[in-house]
Formats: sequence, structure tokens, C-alpha cells
Amino acid sequence: MDLKAKKALGRLFGLLYLLNKNMKTILFIEDESALQKTFGEILKQEGYEMISALDGEIGLRLAKTKKPDLILLDLILPKIHGFEVLKKLKEDKETKDIPVIVLTNLEKIEDVDKVLELGATTYLVKAQYSLEEVVEKIKNALGS
Amino acid sequence: MNLKRILNQLNIPAQCKKYGLSLWQCPQFLFLVMGCIILGSSLATYAIGLRYIEEPEMVALIVLSVTAILFIIAVIITNSFERLAEANRMKSEFVGIVSHQLRSPLSNLRWALELLMSGRVNSISEKQIEYFKILKENSDRMRELIKDLLIVSRIEMTKLPLKKIEFSLEELTEELIKEFEFFAKSSNVEIKFEAQKDLPKAFADTSQIRLVIENLLDNAIRYTREKGFCQIKIEKREKNIYFEIRDNGVGIPKEEQKYIFQKFFRSENVLKYQTQGSGLGLYISKAIIEKSGGKIGFKSQEGIGSTFWFTLPIK
Repeated sequence: MDLKAKKALGRLFGLLYLLNKNMKTILFIEDESALQKTFGEILKQEGYEMISALDGEIGLRLAKTKKPDLILLDLILPKIHGFEVLKKLKEDKETKDIPVIVLTNLEKIEDVDKVLELGATTYLVKAQYSLEEVVEKIKNALGS
Repeated sequence: MNLKRILNQLNIPAQCKKYGLSLWQCPQFLFLVMGCIILGSSLATYAIGLRYIEEPEMVALIVLSVTAILFIIAVIITNSFERLAEANRMKSEFVGIVSHQLRSPLSNLRWALELLMSGRVNSISEKQIEYFKILKENSDRMRELIKDLLIVSRIEMTKLPLKKIEFSLEELTEELIKEFEFFAKSSNVEIKFEAQKDLPKAFADTSQIRLVIENLLDNAIRYTREKGFCQIKIEKREKNIYFEIRDNGVGIPKEEQKYIFQKFFRSENVLKYQTQGSGLGLYISKAIIEKSGGKIGFKSQEGIGSTFWFTLPIK
């Protein structure tokens, strides 16, 4: 390989690295693996990186270590309940600025109020939205 | 803690609310009433006994046995009432839990289907799209049914939240007519709308009233024969806003009219035109309107059409 090709290759890798750095990550805390798969596919196609967490405990740990740009959170979760996860996220200095979208099937007014009071950005009831609409909300929350 | 529990047991209106029953159907309240009746009749037997019976021991014995018999009857009656009320409460809770649990798998299905239909995973052929559409329509139907069942269980558990605000019933109706335009056209029904000028605002929960109008509009359009019309009118009547929707559809047979607001009820004659439908729409509508402080009713003649109306309070 000659020098020119090497340089071009180097540039390409550099560009890829930059792109990857700009690729926004979304942490999806949800115990339904079917939803994890569906969202993983669609978010990848939209150009995001998605990290899965199948329970509240893993979710909290990944939020701290991976510093995602956005968290999608279900409320009914094994190990640590979604309310508790949200509370802990907002109490921790390192994670309190990450926007959180709550995606659940609970729709009591008290639950909505509680979640918004705890500092979630948006509250979405699964049964009321189409996949495209949820993706749209995610894009809005990420400001892109 | 124990004292608090006892006090809670004594709080009869709260206990009755738990069952979602009126006072006269509530076991705790009935027990209290029976207690009063027993007291009254013991005193009455005592008074009568004193007049007609010589020995005081005999009087005491009669009073005691009458009281005991009445007490046993009271216990039996209230116990069976309580069992009925408990069964009813459990049934509502069951409907609530089941429909709630059905929602998660249904969301998974719907979203996975949507992803497939969008062609993002693999390109799909014309022929496949037809079947995807069938899947989608049916999952939507299931979603609607579950939504209705959840509302019913909330109504029965008296947990239907109402966030009352002032809003324009006219604007809401216009918005909904637009949403139903396509359905009306495809069913060959013409929707006409007239509203009185300078209508005051209605005071109720918009999202719930939206459900009511949706149900009434859907019924008016769905149950027409061939070519139909549907006329909506809104006006002020005394201290209320009056909404009326008239159609020239199949109408409701006279002998079935008294069941029309019952849940799961579907009229015999509509089954010939439409097999779909849960029979929950009008039950839900009635509960919502009555909780909002309004009234709901209808006039109907089989083969000629129906007119449904409701009123809502002004603040």
C-alpha cells in the first residue's frame, strides 16, 4: 500500500471516529425484550446507538458508566422500580442532566404527576402512540 | 394503628365507596340500619309486652328472643350482601387487571408490526402488505376494545378521573367531525352541523367528552342503511349546553330501548348490519355525562332513525 492510500485510509478512520463520537447514545431501560429488539432496530437505522438494560439495577449502573444522551425508561421493572430509578438518576450529580422519557402503560394521573415532578422530560403511554411518534419524540428530546 | 383501623371500619361512607355502591346497597350501612330496626322493635315488643303480659320474666324472654331472631336475620342479610358486593368489586378489578396486562403484549405486537410494515427491516411485496394491513386493523380493534374495558373498570371502581375545565363544545365537535369525515364518506353519510351563535363554554373534562361525542358520531354513522345523514346541533338551554345528534339509521326497536345504556348490550337489529362493536360505548358515555353533572337520553324509532342528546353544565 502506498503512502497516499495509507493517508486516505487514516483520514477515513478519523472521520469514522468523529462520526462515532457524535453518534448519540440512548439507554433503554425496559424488561420486554421484544420492545428492546424493535427499538434497537429502528434507533440504529435513525443513526443512534442504543444500549439495553433489562432491569432497573443494570439501568442505573449503565446510566452512570456510559453517560447516555437520553434515557428511555419503563416504570414496571424488575429489581428496582422505575419511579425509584428516576429518583436516583435525578439525585445523582453525574446523571441528573440526562433527559428521561418515560415510556409505560400506566396512565393514572397520579403516576404522570409523580413522574413529571421527579424530573422526567416526557411521559408517553405506550398504547397511545405509534412507533414513528415515539421516535419523533426521542428526536425532539435530543434536539436533532 | 389498630384504633385507626377500627375507626376506618366505622367510616361507613368510605367503606361504601370502596365497593363503588350507593348507600342503600352497601352492606356496612345496611347493618347499621338493621341495628336501628332491632333496637326499635325490641323497645316496641317491650312496650306491648308490658301492656298485655303479666309476668315481667315472660316479657323479658319475649323481648330477648325477638331481638335474637332479628339479629340473626340481619347478619345473614348483610353477609350475603357483602359477599355480592365483594364479588362485584373483584369482577371490576379483574377486568381492570386483565385489560391492563393485555396492553403490554399488544404494544409489542403493534410496534413490531409497524416496523415490518415500514419496510425498514426488509422490503415487502404488494401481497404481503395486504396481510399486514389485516394484522394492523385487527390489532387496532383489540386496542380499542381494551381501552373501553379499562374505562369501564375505572367507572365501576369509581376511579374515573375528571379534570374539569372550560372549553368550547363547538370547536371540539368540529374537530371530531373532521376526524370522522373519511369514515362518513366511505359509509355514504353526510354530516351537517349547526351551532347557536355566541355559545358559552361548557365545563367538563375535554378528553372524556371527546369519547362521548366519538361514540355518538360513530354510532350515527355506523348504523345507517345505504345513504344516510347525521345532523348535529348545539345550543344553550337554561343553564346548560345542549348537544343533539340525529340520524336516519336503523333505529332501536321499542322493546330494546330500555337496555340501550347497559354495558355489553347490542340491539338485535344492528347485528344484521354490523357485527363489530363491544356494546360499551353508550354505557361509558352515560357514566361520563352523569359524572360531569349533565344528562343524556335518546328518542328512536326502528327503521326511521335515532336522536341522541346530552347536556353539560356551564360554569
